[in-house]
This record gives sequence, structure tokens and C-alpha cells, in this order.
Amino acid sequence: MRQALIKEQAQTPGKWWRRWLRWPASSGDWVFQTLTLLAALCLVGLLVAMALYLLAEAWPSVTLFGPAFLTSTAWDPVRGVFGALPAVYGTLATSAIAMIVAVPLSMGVAIFLAELAPDWLRAPASFLVEMLAAIPSVVLGLWGLFVMVPLIRDPVEQWLGGNLGFIPLFQGPPFGVGFLAGGLILTVMSLPLITAVARDSILAVPNSQREAMLALGATHWETISRAVLPYARSGIIAGVILGLGRALGETMAVTMVIGNGYQVTLQLFAPANTMASKIATEFNEASGDVYIGALVELALVLFAVTLVVNIIGRLLVYWTVSDTSTRGQ
Amino acid sequence: MEDGQDAKIVVDGLNAWYGSVQALRDVSLTILDRKVTAVIGPSGCGKSTFIRCLNRMHEVAPHTRVQGKVTLDGQDIYAPGVDPVTIRRRVGMVFQRPNPFPTMSIFDNVAAGLKLGGLAPKAYLADIVEKALRQAALWDEVKYMLKRNGTALSGGQQQRLCIARALAVEPEVLLMDEPCSALDPITTLAIEELLQELSREYTIIIVTHNMQQAARVSDKAAFLFMGEDRTGFLVEYGDTKEIFTNPKDPRTEGYITGRFG
Ligand SMILES: Nc1ncnc2c1ncn2[C@@H]1O[C@H](COP(=O)(O)OP(=O)(O)OP(=O)(O)O)[C@@H](O)[C@H]1O
Ligand SMILES: [Mg+2]
Repeated sequence: MRQALIKEQAQTPGKWWRRWLRWPASSGDWVFQTLTLLAALCLVGLLVAMALYLLAEAWPSVTLFGPAFLTSTAWDPVRGVFGALPAVYGTLATSAIAMIVAVPLSMGVAIFLAELAPDWLRAPASFLVEMLAAIPSVVLGLWGLFVMVPLIRDPVEQWLGGNLGFIPLFQGPPFGVGFLAGGLILTVMSLPLITAVARDSILAVPNSQREAMLALGATHWETISRAVLPYARSGIIAGVILGLGRALGETMAVTMVIGNGYQVTLQLFAPANTMASKIATEFNEASGDVYIGALVELALVLFAVTLVVNIIGRLLVYWTVSDTSTRGQ
Repeated sequence: MEDGQDAKIVVDGLNAWYGSVQALRDVSLTILDRKVTAVIGPSGCGKSTFIRCLNRMHEVAPHTRVQGKVTLDGQDIYAPGVDPVTIRRRVGMVFQRPNPFPTMSIFDNVAAGLKLGGLAPKAYLADIVEKALRQAALWDEVKYMLKRNGTALSGGQQQRLCIARALAVEPEVLLMDEPCSALDPITTLAIEELLQELSREYTIIIVTHNMQQAARVSDKAAFLFMGEDRTGFLVEYGDTKEIFTNPKDPRTEGYITGRFG
């Protein structure tokens, strides 16, 4: 489809922008196109301006530390030495934990809501999931700190450390706050998002697909796993990307339960920090060009990481979609 | 009964509803084993609903209800404890609108039914798929692109793909809902020949709006009609020859001669 379009463009003489200018049949079309183009350019401009502004603010840190900023694990405001690695690692690790727990869980909930739940349960259960998404993150953070963290310390971490302590992930003292707590609070935050999007894309699968599989003698579960989920997969992936985006950027709730450590370690119980929580914790008290610059540079890195994740996600969706329409061509 | 006249499916007092709307009233007839039965009637009279009741697909749509008795080889398919999955394995279906699986290749589409239940006979899979595609008169058009996506086919090719998919699992009874509606005359002829050939082993029930086709392919014909209340009922059922040359009911005669419907 896309290739055909490109080919067509290549065959038509003239530059694409000239074709674009000539193409509209009426002046109304022309005005509309120009307006939408301007709006789109404004958005791009805003994004670029933001990045440039951040870069200017971060400049003292960028010039002082260079690329080593990304690989250094130091964070010492007193000596003025800063490195981003533990924060980047913290963001990626907590988001990974969140996805590992949230994706299967929300798939289960979405399948239940869309395919299995009795009619009377469907609407209230969907509403509850959506309510979960509406909880302000500071409230969720408080709940995390006072309810979830004590439960994580004991029994979860006690049990894991006692029984699976030979695995590096589960070694070290059970602090309660740390990578695990941060990951789990992010699970709670991304779950409703992934669930809602996945449920909607499952509901959008035409009934004829289910009937086609059922008529071949498929069980209910075979119908879901072989006809419904494959059909809905690009929507489901989009939902996961959305959830991941939320997990990467979430600040408040994570800050409250992550324990304000700064280390790269496999030990999930250890206190940690994410890029977002590091910035939130220290920005108010930061002083001096380099310190502030380092925090802003952290923000730039976060910006870049989210961008890369989103691009990868887009590509994944694009591939699965083109896979379904033109595979083998 | 004499040879070849055994009852395969006996429908007794069948009623079907969509919500509170009754779509079928009191349909009773006997489908003969290894014969082709045509179901004809005006649009909306309940032909699709009728055949969907024969493999328990009617209940898949929300808020639907079936009443009455349908037996397959003497077994009541609506008896409590009967798993609809086992019924659908024996009674295959080709739907009115082609519904290939868009995420699967042409090959996998045809093999989809064979892979169910985790009993894919891997060694024969390719042979069975080829045979089914040949039967559905599609093999020559797709043999070099079996890995290509099922939706990359034309509407008529998709229809034949769905026929092949239903044939691959070798059901005892095949329900076909207007299987030739998107096919050209030559391909239609190929499918009709297929039906003749299949009727040596399979019991076939075909819904069609094409009177010539019904006359050509079927041994038995059922004429459904609907009254003012839009509830379908069976007007006449008998040998196709009788129905088309000597209909007993004036409504049947009117319909097949094209006076209404
Ligand atoms: N899913 C549905 N929900 C509600 N009503 C339905 C549904 N499907 C069919 N009906 C109604 O049931 C009646 C019979 O429909 P059916 O599809 O069986 O007709 P048909 O004889 O197959 O028509 P056609 O020749 O146009 O395919 C129609 O009045 C239709 O409006
Ligand atoms: Mg129909």
C-alpha cells in the first residue's frame, strides 16, 4: 500500500510539494490544508524548541562530563560530579518489572472483560478498571508507601529472600522501598491503560472471525487464542506501548516508594531512583550551573529514552499491521 | 428406508429467536444422508438462521434462543451435556460472507481446523491442504503463494478459501450459505461439480438465491417463507424435481417462477 503510494509519487513528474500545492481542486481545500500543515509545524516547532531549551540549560553539564555522563554512576553534589547511569538503569528496571507483571495481568483482565465476563459484570468491572486509571498518582503513592511497601517488605521480600535467595535478584536486605516497590506501583499505574486498550481492540474484532473459528470445531479458548488475539494484536501492542510510556515517565508515585538510592544492582530489594524521581527529588534544592545542568541533562536523556521506546513501539505496530496485509509480497 | 435414503438430520418443531424477535417458527424436516439439500426463499426469511441451528452456531450470537429438536444420526444435538464443539466438528459451515483469518497465510487458513485440538497430523498437512484447495477450485490460483496472506485474495477467491477451510476438516455434514454468491459462472460450475462429487461422502445443505443452481445441484429442496410478522416458516419440502416442476403450494410456485421474493 505504502510502497504503491511511493511508487506513484515517483512516477508523477514534479516535486512532491509542487504536486501538493497544485493538487487541491478548490480554494477551500487549499486553506484547510495550509491550516492543518501550520498546526502540524507548530507542534514540531514546540518539540524542537523544548529540546533546544533543555539542551541550553543542560549545557554546563554536557560540556563538563561529555558522554561519560551516561556511563558514570557517581552523583555527588558536594564534589560536583554527576552521572546518569543508575537513574537510567532505575527507570528501565522498574519499567521492565512493571511490564513483566502488568502485561500478562492486563491481558487476562482484558480477555475476561471482552470475552468471558457475564453481561451484568462487564460494565461495572470495566468501570472499576477505568477508575484505577483516574486515581491521582500522589494518592496512589501514599497507598503504596503505607500499604504496599510494608506488605512487600514482609511477607513478599522475606519469603523471596528466604526461599529463592540463591538468585541474585532476591538477595540483600528487605528494605520494602526500592526497585521492586517502584516496579509494582508502576504496574498498578500501567495496568488500567493496557487493559482498556487491549479490551477495546478485542471488542473490535468482528464476530465473523470468532464464528469462523468456532465453526471449525474450536473451543472457546482456541477461538480466543487463534482468531481473536491475533486479529487484535496490533491494538494490543499499541496498548502495551502506551502503558510503557506511562511507566517510563511516571514521577510522583514512584518517587514515594523507590527509596532514593542511587545504584546499579541486580538486587530488586535495594533502594533506587528513576530519572523522573531523581529530578523531582532534587530539583528544588539544586544549586549551581553544573548541578542544575546535570538534572536537566537527565531530563533530556529521559526524553530521548521515551522517544526511542515510542519509535520502536510504532515500528512494531507498523510491522504487525503490514504483516497482516501484505505478507509474502 | 431404502439405501441412500437414511436420515442424517431430523429437525422437529424448530423455533429460533433473536432477542424477542422470532426468526423461525415450527420448522420440521428430515435431511437425507449423502444428499444435497437446497434451502431457498426470499431474503430475510431465515435461511441462514435455519442452517446455523444445525451446528449450534445460532447460540453464538448474543441473546439468541432455540427451541425444538434437532437430531444428528439420532443424537439430540441440543440435549443437555452435548458439547457444541463436537457437533461443529461433525457439521462444518461455510458462511454467507467470506471470513478468512487475516493474520494467517493461505496455507494456515486452510490448515486452521486441522491444527485444533493439538492433533495436527504434520506429515499429511500439506497434502490435505492441497486436496482441499483443489476441491475448492482454488489450487491453481494460489499454489505459488501459499505463504501469502489470506486477505490478499479477491472476494471470490476468499469465498473458495473458506470452502477449502471447511473441507479440510472433512466434516460429515457441510452447511453452505450462498457459497457461490461472489463467483463467476465458470467457478460456480466448478463448485457445483464439487458438490456433486462430495455428496457421495458428505451430506450437504446449501442456501442459494440462484434457482437454476438449486435445481441443478440438489436432490431435495426446502422452501422457507415469511409472513407479515417476519417470522420464517417452512412452506414446502420435497424432491427438488417435484418442487420445481410441480410445486404444491402457490407461494412456492410464485417464488421459483420469480413472481415475488
Ligand atoms: N444477529 C441478528 N440479530 C438480530 N436479528 C437478526 C440477526 N441475524 C438475522 N436476524 C433477523 O432474522 C431474520 C432472518 O435472518 P437470516 O439471516 O436467517 O435471513 P436469510 O434468509 O439468510 O436472508 P438472506 O437471504 O438475505 O441471507 C431477519 O429478519 C433478520 O433481520
Ligand atoms: Mg442469509
